[in-house]
Amino acid sequence: MSEQAKGAKTSTNPKDVSRRKFLTDMTTAFGVAGATCAAVPFVKSMAPADNVKAMASTEVDISDISEGDTKTVIWRGRPVFIKHRTGAEIAKARKEDTSSELLDPAKDESRVQNEKWLIAMAVCTHLGCVPMEGGEHDGWICPCHGSQFDASGRVRRGPAPSNLDVPPYEFLNPTTIKIG
Amino acid sequence: MSKSNTQKAIEWFDYRLPIFSFMKHSAVEYPTPKNLSYMWNFGSLAGIALVLQILTGIFLAMHYKPDVNLAFDSIQHIMRDVNSGWLIRNMHMVGASFFFIVVYIHMARGMYYGSYKGPREVLWWMGVIIFFLMMATAFMGYVLPWGQMSFWGATVITNLLSVIPFVGEHVVIWLWGGYSVGDATLNRFFSLHYLLPFVIFAVVFLHLWALHTHKSNNPVGIDLKKDTDFIPFHPYYTIKDIFGLGVYLIPFTFMVCYAPEYLGHPDNYIPADPMVTPAHIVPEWYFLPFYAILRAVPDKLFGVIAMVAAIAILFVLPWLDSSKVRSARFRPLFRPLLILFFANMFVLGWVGAKPPEGIYITIGRLATFYHFAFFLILPLVGMFEKPKPVPKSL
Repeated sequence: MSEQAKGAKTSTNPKDVSRRKFLTDMTTAFGVAGATCAAVPFVKSMAPADNVKAMASTEVDISDISEGDTKTVIWRGRPVFIKHRTGAEIAKARKEDTSSELLDPAKDESRVQNEKWLIAMAVCTHLGCVPMEGGEHDGWICPCHGSQFDASGRVRRGPAPSNLDVPPYEFLNPTTIKIG
Repeated sequence: MSKSNTQKAIEWFDYRLPIFSFMKHSAVEYPTPKNLSYMWNFGSLAGIALVLQILTGIFLAMHYKPDVNLAFDSIQHIMRDVNSGWLIRNMHMVGASFFFIVVYIHMARGMYYGSYKGPREVLWWMGVIIFFLMMATAFMGYVLPWGQMSFWGATVITNLLSVIPFVGEHVVIWLWGGYSVGDATLNRFFSLHYLLPFVIFAVVFLHLWALHTHKSNNPVGIDLKKDTDFIPFHPYYTIKDIFGLGVYLIPFTFMVCYAPEYLGHPDNYIPADPMVTPAHIVPEWYFLPFYAILRAVPDKLFGVIAMVAAIAILFVLPWLDSSKVRSARFRPLFRPLLILFFANMFVLGWVGAKPPEGIYITIGRLATFYHFAFFLILPLVGMFEKPKPVPKSL
């Protein structure tokens, strides 16, 4: 203990020492709690702002997408594939429902509302690149790290860990869908 | 002899704020080992490179606009319209690469001569922290021109955080301030890119504080005890550091004037397009070795862990290395393994620039294996190695 502290005649009575320790601990705890509360608005300020959240849905006219073609639209700043699947692609995707090659097994049925239309995020589930048409499974290949997806958007080759996400969407009428 | 008025003024000031005695103590009389080689120039060079980046950056920030609709064009404005804008931007761009070159040599020096060993472990830690901060700063700086490589580099790197269990997706959306890399992301990256260099500056201060507490290591790697082993920093090392700076500025100036884009990527002169990913995206050259490690691991989570661990393992290097001898000069087993480790870094960098297919995957995995194996066999190397006789004094 320093000379100055001795001069102030700080009590060394165990009871006083333990009271002082208690008070110091409580003050520290309240200080930390206060600082944490003060940090909340700053952390929250970095989350998506209201105007960003407001752009949550997109309506798309799909009448101009002919069979076998894919249209890419933007939803919440990210691209979405709208693939008009051919009969052969549907049949193949359904046949492969039980294939052991699926890295993230899912039935084609569970990934589409209308079997002719696959609507999936055009965002590779590895690190977020936009896959290009190609690969060995009537689907897409990611230019960044070579992941491949089939006509159902299911991952067929890594490093992507999961299938292309299916965004929430509904058919407003047979030629218009609303994503989000 | 009476004191001059200048001396009196200095003494008056120094009594109130002892900045003159501090400078005299730590930059003039500061005892420095007399046997330092040119490998010891890179610390002060790194400091100068940092100051150059801060200075050029401040002037660039006067003309740059962190808005997705304006950013790309504001860079063109700097290059074409702003007086000497091209020069300042080229210095900043080339300066970033040169900063990394200098720091990589500085780190290699530290590893070769065992500068990370006791009592300099905390000094070494500060260095590793500076390296992490530098990488974050460089990454965010590369996003600012808002070209295709900026955008997709930002997308890939921020997505690395999505591997955090349970909260990863939320963390990434929070970091983006949206549902993808966008305006909010660009704006905050600009803010942080401006802030972090000053944080680095503060950690450099701690780095130097730790350095000056136990003084520089030296090529022989022994503890220096005699006063005659040291020479004052000024004029011996001030002159040597300034000479080194002159040598450094020759290739730097050449690159700024004749090859400013040599280390960059032409795709970054295509404005960012969230709809199309370029066919081959690669990070800046100074990240390539770690990018290669990320891709060498076929699992997303473990790839990210391996990439971070490849650098973070430096934190425990002082304890992995069980040898009492610092300098690799006297370590017949450690020395070749370390030189192979450095060569392996170049292999990783080369693989990182190649597409992830065929033979490159195999080479990348072997090189990744050696990168970690080097660190993990160090405890055994120290045990089995018979060091050459180490001199008792210089």
